[in-house]
Amino acid sequence: MARRQRPNVPVVIDGHEVMAYPDESVLSAADREGIRIPRLCALEGTSVHGGCRLCVVEVAERHKLMPACGTTVVEDMEVRTRSRSLDEHRKLICELLLAEGNHVCAVCVSNGACELQDLAEELGVDHVRPDYQFPRRSVDASHPKYTFDPNRCVLCTRCVRTCAEVEGAHVWDLAGRASGSHLIADLGQEWGEAPSCTWCGKCVAVCPTGALAWKGKAVGEMRHDPSLVAFLSSAREQGEWVDREALR
Amino acid sequence: MTSPKHAAPPLPRLATIWLGGCSGCHMSFVDLDEWLIELRRHAQIVYGPLVDRKEFPEDVDAVLVEGAVTNTDNLELAHQLRARSKVVISFGDCAVTGNVTALRNLVGEPGEMVYRVYAEHPDRDGQMPSEVIPDLLPQALPLHHVVPVDLFLPGCPPPAARIREALESLLGIDDSPHGIRFG
Repeated sequence: MARRQRPNVPVVIDGHEVMAYPDESVLSAADREGIRIPRLCALEGTSVHGGCRLCVVEVAERHKLMPACGTTVVEDMEVRTRSRSLDEHRKLICELLLAEGNHVCAVCVSNGACELQDLAEELGVDHVRPDYQFPRRSVDASHPKYTFDPNRCVLCTRCVRTCAEVEGAHVWDLAGRASGSHLIADLGQEWGEAPSCTWCGKCVAVCPTGALAWKGKAVGEMRHDPSLVAFLSSAREQGEWVDREALR
Repeated sequence: MTSPKHAAPPLPRLATIWLGGCSGCHMSFVDLDEWLIELRRHAQIVYGPLVDRKEFPEDVDAVLVEGAVTNTDNLELAHQLRARSKVVISFGDCAVTGNVTALRNLVGEPGEMVYRVYAEHPDRDGQMPSEVIPDLLPQALPLHHVVPVDLFLPGCPPPAARIREALESLLGIDDSPHGIRFG
């Protein structure tokens, strides 16, 4: 995001004094300082969702864990991004994500280029303790260019936010509640029948797993590009597509 | 140095076993190539598809278990190997997560799945498997959901280098840290 001011809010993250912008999130301030906080639903260039809970941090004098993506900095805030208990919480969250869907890396288009798989590795998830749910979900291959495999969906809503906020089409949204939550196109019809879809493919670019993929990709062939949305949003805010000469 | 009065301590007893899997993890094990000869200096391989022995032996120090627990034979073997081994290692994604073997859980009850595969499949003659085949469990499960597991070695299959690092660490040959990853 383009900033006019200098960062002027002092916060302490893992013992480092960091200067943050007044409306900045803990996650963003930590990123600028090079302090890595694991995350899955956070996507630069879209609004905050705070659904995956992987970026939870400890904030001094607050008794509950706070999602770094949705917590705005306050002067002299003391944040811890790493502790034994945080590591354990994040590990369990990752295991719950793996147990909730049908994540079979060996036969997935995104094998080797999947943010969930990377997270499991980063967090030291070498097995899943909760019982696997083995939900029965049907693949939607009705779209001429893309496929949606809900078995691999983690409900991060990156596609929902990108489609609504960046493309302006709002094809995707969540329906159902709790374990019945699922992604729908338009009013719940097949993706290929959803008239609001512009075929732009931004949802596919930002999907962290193999849930949204290009048709024709075989195991391990799909490559996403979530940075596309950050580029589009910042270019839009900075007016990079405007003819600046004409404005003078 | 071992004094002549004492015999050399017996080598650790290593076993490998293959439950509901495709043998790919064992292929990766064989892919250790000439290091298998080195391995023989550090461990005695007492059981596995490469060893001519019918029953899983007693007093095994470590066992690499490939495959998910998907039928009654696998279940019996899982309990047997757990009772007879000190360290049980889930070897590969099927043992660790269920993986491809557990994809059948999405089709429904075992009867429904077997009917779909054998009776409905256009390239088959409609015959259903009968008494020579062990009964399928309601679901194919990761090994640690059936018996306690001590170590996990993910990968489909785990690359030979990862197997070597794990065995070197386990047998005290080299205990440098090694990566873990599904898929």
